[in-house]
Amino acid sequence: MDLATALAIAESSMRLAAPLLLACLAGLYSERAGIFDIGLEGKMLGAAFGAGAVAAVTGSAWIGLAAGMAVSTVLALIHGLASITFRGNQIISGVAINFLASGLTALIGQNWFGMGGQTPQLFGDQRFLAVELPLAGALRDVPVIGFLYSDFLSGFTVLVYVALLAVPLTWWVLFRTRFGLRLRAVGENPGAVDTAGISVVRLRYQAVIITGLLCGIAGAYLATGMAAGFIRDMTAGKGFIALAALIFAKWRPWPALWACLLFGFLEAIGIRYQGVTIPNVGTVPVQLMQALPYILTVVILAGFVGRAIPPRAGGKPYVKER
Amino acid sequence: MSPALPRWADLALIPALNLALAFLAAGLVVVFIGEDPVQAVSVLIRGSLGSSYAIGFTLFYATTFVFTGLAVAIAFHAGLFNIGGEGQAILGGIGVALAALWLDTTHWLVVLPAAIVAAALFGAAWAAIPGILAATRGSHVVITTIMFNFIASALLVYLLVNVLRVPGAMSPETRRFAEGAHLPFMHTMLGHLGIGMARTPMNIASLLALLAALGTWVLIWRTRLGYEIRAFGHSEPAAVYAGISPVRIIVVVMLISGAMAACMALNVVLGYQQRLVLEFTAGAGFVGIAVALMGRSHPFGVVLAAILFGMLYQGGAELAFEMPAISRDMIVVIQALVILFTGALERMVRGPVERLFARRPARAAT
Repeated sequence: MDLATALAIAESSMRLAAPLLLACLAGLYSERAGIFDIGLEGKMLGAAFGAGAVAAVTGSAWIGLAAGMAVSTVLALIHGLASITFRGNQIISGVAINFLASGLTALIGQNWFGMGGQTPQLFGDQRFLAVELPLAGALRDVPVIGFLYSDFLSGFTVLVYVALLAVPLTWWVLFRTRFGLRLRAVGENPGAVDTAGISVVRLRYQAVIITGLLCGIAGAYLATGMAAGFIRDMTAGKGFIALAALIFAKWRPWPALWACLLFGFLEAIGIRYQGVTIPNVGTVPVQLMQALPYILTVVILAGFVGRAIPPRAGGKPYVKER
Repeated sequence: MSPALPRWADLALIPALNLALAFLAAGLVVVFIGEDPVQAVSVLIRGSLGSSYAIGFTLFYATTFVFTGLAVAIAFHAGLFNIGGEGQAILGGIGVALAALWLDTTHWLVVLPAAIVAAALFGAAWAAIPGILAATRGSHVVITTIMFNFIASALLVYLLVNVLRVPGAMSPETRRFAEGAHLPFMHTMLGHLGIGMARTPMNIASLLALLAALGTWVLIWRTRLGYEIRAFGHSEPAAVYAGISPVRIIVVVMLISGAMAACMALNVVLGYQQRLVLEFTAGAGFVGIAVALMGRSHPFGVVLAAILFGMLYQGGAELAFEMPAISRDMIVVIQALVILFTGALERMVRGPVERLFARRPARAAT
């Protein structure tokens, strides 16, 4: 494999990892606060539709992004209402949100645009285009650094950089701020947080809203960054891969980055090569490559390679003592 | 559960109110896209129950949902959420297809039992892995069954593209089963009895679905195992104290649940399509979640809920034809709203209703 191919695969992995990473970090806030979220897929899909539709109508990718984040946050609040206020089953609520997004985006998309559930093709400012990082041109001729910085790291859309910056930001918020400490505490022992006079309900709603906002960016990236418009069911399981990455990363921000890059890389390889040939073993079918993130997650969950232990209060509604 | 509700309110009033809210929300969606919900409902009912043709299709869909709904319901009784019905159904389809391809030169009376066994074995095996992992390694059954759905669909694509495809054919599907593997259709069976019915895909699997519902009722409420399952579902520590093995219950329940979900393939693959194609499950595994929630995990409720969803699927097709603004995606929206209101937001209705009932006797006493 020559350098150009390696670079192409690396760039493709990065592009494919970005939405996973945003959704994965989104799920991290919610699940660390004790709210299981299997509705990442639905929120991303809703956001992708909101972003695609609004960007097509207004002509601005940024307004589209805001719309996508709004749609995703509304869905997140429904999940919050069901799982925090009405103490319902969080898994069932997540399932409902996935179907709600899948059905409504296709139904409304067909109703508004009449293109079989798609939104119109986006051009120019309606999309997030590649940005050149500062000094990329000047540094291009410097050995190694120039290659890594100017050829690899520069030239993604702005949302990819947002995804990358969200990793240290999330780490800082969770492990270096009072809010983060309380957020983690509420996912482990909400009773203790309540005793300390901090509102469990308020904290959990805050976490769920952050989840909505980040999922919104992820969805907007799909429709206005990676593709040029919304296509029905375009998330195609990405929300579940993000969930898998979250478990794979054991609910921690930096491992989440590596997990998403790994899963993005697997997808990039799968797209580029229809099956990979390993000497003396034979061809690995492309379907196995596609299933690999899920298989790895099951292996991790089973605790054969480093056990994944979820936040202790995850999935349990908090009932305040009277 | 603090203020006890009368039994009728718990079993009928609350589900009815939840369902009413779900359909009210669905009606608002219809208004939002600029159509008349009343007209939509009348088209839907006419399209699903208006003729023997419509009823046949409705019950054909309902049959599939009875199997997937029972699968989810059985797991609910043990406090497990088997969200992997879709994957288990895919495996069931593979089992059914292999049995049919192997035996289809014989007679359907030979093929059907073989297909039931194959489907049940394949589906049970697919559910067993998450079950064993949950029971012995503590991995969350919801997450593993979701992952197994994706793995199953990748497996199906692989098998159809690389192994089971007819050599030289373009489309990834098996060859058509020979005459010997065709299940009797309901219209031919009723024809023998002198009852006229339009040609529909409804077949003998519908009777199997009813048997499965009856069997589930017997299992859950009339057997020792069923008692243990319910005890475990109510309180794991109490069940353990009573000497019930959690590992055994979790694994056995997942086996039964997986086998049940897999049996939907008898209706779709063997009864209707008569070959194995991609995406033959068409989300039926997920519809099972809505059906089980709506039917409150009781086999009788599951059958009723499955018929309602059968009506939505058949009537929805008619609706998309007569009122093009309401595409078939509306079914998915309704499904989502049913899951949301009867499942996740159940307490939204239960709270006020309980307060209402709590106040009445107090007033009577004074």
